[in-house]
Amino acid sequence: MKSRVAYFGVFTALALIFSYVETLIPINFGIPGVKLGLANLIIVVALYKLPLQEVYLLSIVRILLSGFIFGNYFSILYSLAGGLLSLSVMALLKRRNSFSVMGISVAGGVFHNVGQMTVAMLVVETFSVAYYFPVLMIAGLVTGLLIGVLSNEMLKRLKNIRF
Amino acid sequence: MNHRWKRNDLILILGIICIAALAYLLHERMQNVDDGIVIVKVDGEEKGTYRLSEEQTIEINGGTNILQIKEGKADMTEADCPDKLCVHQKAVSKNGESIICLPNKVVIEVKSSEQSAYDAVTN
Repeated sequence: MKSRVAYFGVFTALALIFSYVETLIPINFGIPGVKLGLANLIIVVALYKLPLQEVYLLSIVRILLSGFIFGNYFSILYSLAGGLLSLSVMALLKRRNSFSVMGISVAGGVFHNVGQMTVAMLVVETFSVAYYFPVLMIAGLVTGLLIGVLSNEMLKRLKNIRF
Repeated sequence: MNHRWKRNDLILILGIICIAALAYLLHERMQNVDDGIVIVKVDGEEKGTYRLSEEQTIEINGGTNILQIKEGKADMTEADCPDKLCVHQKAVSKNGESIICLPNKVVIEVKSSEQSAYDAVTN
């Protein structure tokens, strides 16, 4: 039981560090608002290594902390919507056991953006942001794919570690 | 653990691309509908309205003026009047912009959701 708490702390710290590293990388996809989502790497790995309720807790803690440190009230709101929707879809697909890590990550990436978009529509109370929908979907696909391949490699190497 | 690609992954990715493409096309289609229109008036009388999104050439007043709509802009290409001020004027596309040919009493006005960059234009 004690070690569970310790592992949870390690995961939280890693996710936070990845959030920080992301702010340092000047990768620009040429589209405003699109970023790699490195912290999702930890979420995907945790999805395979921790019980689901702990992954949810990890996601929420990560978003709140990184939101307070790097963002603001609205970025927390957007991230929460995106993160929780994305995690729910990933957990659902993982249960079916017919998707690889890459596939699950792609779905997560896409639905992260879909969740944020929905909140944006509710906040701004307009559908005119909908023109951004296809762009964000493809962006989510690409970043999800990258994160998926990375997570896959990580999970291969973490095969023998049980948390 | 599923470390290798599966068939469902491919279906998922293709599905996402299809939905994105569909959403894009749908939006393109919708955008055309609320695109601007041009109203052609001769001597104060409305002679017709035309969509800016459709490329076309319109003969006004039985051919004294020829209006061409191209790439979402309306431009007077020919006029039989001597000074040809309307022909020299730039193409119009934004709300409230107009081309006027005074000798033939032809007025072309744009109605569009896209606002002009100017606060007001005196003609």
